[in-house]
Amino acid sequence: MAEKIEMIALSPTMESGTIINWVKKEGDSFVSGDIICEVETDKAAMEYEAFNNGTILKIVVPEGDEASIGEVIAVSGEKNEDISAMLADIEAGRGKNKAVKGEDSNGIAGLKEEQRIKASPLARVIAKRKGIELSSVKGTGPEGRVIKRDLEGFTAGAVRSVPAGRIKSVEPGSGLRGETVRVGAIRKAIAKRMAESKFSAPHYYLKVTVNAERLLAAREKLNKKLAEKVSLNAFLLKITAGVLVKHPEVNSSWRGESIERFGSSDIGLAVALDDGLITPVIRECGHKGIIAIDRELKGLILKAKEGKLAPSEYLNATFTISNLGSFGIEEFTAIINPPGSAILAVGEIMRQPAVTGRESEGTERIGIIPVVKLTLSCDHRVIDGAAGAAFLHELKECIEEPYNILF
Amino acid sequence: MPVITFREALRQAMDEEMERDKDVILMGEEVARYNGAYKVSQGLLGKYGEERIIDTPISEEGFTGIGIGAAMAGLRPIVEWMTFNFSLMAIDQVINNAAKTRYMSGGQVEIPVVFRGPNGPGEYLAAQHSQAFQSLYAHIPGLKVAAPSTPYDAKGLLKSAVRDNNPVIFLESELMYSLKGNVPDDEYLVPLGEADIKREGNDATVVCFSRPVHMALEAAEQLKEEGINIEIVDIRSIRPLDSGVIFSSVKKTNRCVVVDEAWPFAGVGSYIGWLVSKNCFDDLDAPVELVSLEDVPMPYNHKLELAAQVSAEKIAAAVKRVLYTDQGNTEKKKWLKK
Repeated sequence: MAEKIEMIALSPTMESGTIINWVKKEGDSFVSGDIICEVETDKAAMEYEAFNNGTILKIVVPEGDEASIGEVIAVSGEKNEDISAMLADIEAGRGKNKAVKGEDSNGIAGLKEEQRIKASPLARVIAKRKGIELSSVKGTGPEGRVIKRDLEGFTAGAVRSVPAGRIKSVEPGSGLRGETVRVGAIRKAIAKRMAESKFSAPHYYLKVTVNAERLLAAREKLNKKLAEKVSLNAFLLKITAGVLVKHPEVNSSWRGESIERFGSSDIGLAVALDDGLITPVIRECGHKGIIAIDRELKGLILKAKEGKLAPSEYLNATFTISNLGSFGIEEFTAIINPPGSAILAVGEIMRQPAVTGRESEGTERIGIIPVVKLTLSCDHRVIDGAAGAAFLHELKECIEEPYNILF
Repeated sequence: MPVITFREALRQAMDEEMERDKDVILMGEEVARYNGAYKVSQGLLGKYGEERIIDTPISEEGFTGIGIGAAMAGLRPIVEWMTFNFSLMAIDQVINNAAKTRYMSGGQVEIPVVFRGPNGPGEYLAAQHSQAFQSLYAHIPGLKVAAPSTPYDAKGLLKSAVRDNNPVIFLESELMYSLKGNVPDDEYLVPLGEADIKREGNDATVVCFSRPVHMALEAAEQLKEEGINIEIVDIRSIRPLDSGVIFSSVKKTNRCVVVDEAWPFAGVGSYIGWLVSKNCFDDLDAPVELVSLEDVPMPYNHKLELAAQVSAEKIAAAVKRVLYTDQGNTEKKKWLKK
């Protein structure tokens, strides 16, 4: 009997995949476990294994075309079986899908657009009040309707994690309370992505202390001329983009059997939300000025906090910066944000005693200067130690003497 | 406190009001010499005489019109219809004269008249004599409609109805006339437009009036054994409707079952169901359920007659449906099979 072969999720965050290669052609038979085709997801090229035995009767999605999860990519069955009715059906469905596509925005990293969820009006009110995402709740009413009792296990704010660095006010006398908290879709997505990155990409870490005197001076100079102050992050993004041009191996992604070198530096900046985090991405940082980057950053951060970022505004950073300086963190190591292969962790700018001047010129002395500690996490599959070190060294030089970026 | 029947409570109400106010009269078929078809007016002829307790010809349109005219002229008539099935003969008088005159005279002419009698299903009375017409009257602006469920409420409401300067439709029930209940010796009134919580509970609100209140109380006992505690709101007056009590109860329980002995289409129960859906939308955890007479003429076959009507079992099943317990659905299926 003819069966539809549908696109499946070959990575946890995959929403759609591109057929790179049909290993089995029309007319080829296969058995369970055979590789039917290769699919490129947002992360890597994956092999699509057959679940059962059969013969490919018709390839619906040709090589090079993209298919969403659940979309029919081929039809299998017994040789010479008549599948014209099924194909007409599939064609009608594909036309409809095409028309609906494009509405899908407004989601949050790795989340699908919230589908119409059945819930009683009361359940909706309770979920809103408690900050619970209805999609994360299993409804026990008719047809899966979410009703009051399904939300009774949730406590107020249960799925809202306390943002790092902020202390939740505690009623005097109240202590810790043991409880099991169900997680929302955002937390699930973060957990999956981070675990996948940390466990599949071999991380190593490089650390430097950077003199931030010139950087702060340059920022002060610029800000004197502007009504709206430019953030330090905008400077860091711009300088990093400049250094990435000279170290393209750091601006790359592991693709399983190949390494992709990105043609632009799309730098993401980690932003803490009330209920998770997200990395808005500034595209083509190399081609933008610091003021433009800053303006764009402010707009995206605002949208991020309102939960209104479109996937195109947060997905596929080629490099990421995470800055916990404002929380008083001296230094830390960050987990790489795929598909990028490196992430820069920025600490607080601290005034510290340091040796300045040059030994050879006899101008050495101890002075108090602002320093910042940078830690680069690299995916060793893509970036070897020396390559990472060369990048970080040059980044340090460019922050300390910004004109170095011109060399 | 004395325990008396529903019919005695009605009689006390009329007696007290006639004694208090000489303008109050009673008229209708067989109300005087025969002491009333259901013996509600027993003994009143002897006490108040033929001028105030008046036997009328069998002509509903005629004596209803006379009652309205007497009210225009300054009396406060109580018009007894032998049953509301016969009130259909007089409905033009009620809708076009009783309900409209105050409005159309710019408030100059008030119609202080009460139309009372048994409404709703009886037993073995078949399709034409076993009907519940609350929606016909409640539909009309200008009429007040009362539907008590206990002797206490019946007495207090009827006294308020007699004293009201608007036409009041007073719905009794043939099957409740012998129902007993506590009625104090001291005079009291139950105002029109005040609902009464007949039973407190937290799990679901059952809104009802007239005879089904007792079915709801019976259902409450069955449900209690299963750990379900329902709140029973007896609206007592259909018009004016005390919607505030209904809404605050539903806001507490998050579930609502409306019970109406009449047909579902364009009924009082359907309207209350809509009010609750609209005003308690964000408080509802389940769709509002309506338990009503099945949408058919009343069958004469006794088994069918009972199966078509509202019952404690049907109310209990509806409560379970709004509580999302499986039995709610299976019991409905069971009923449909019967």
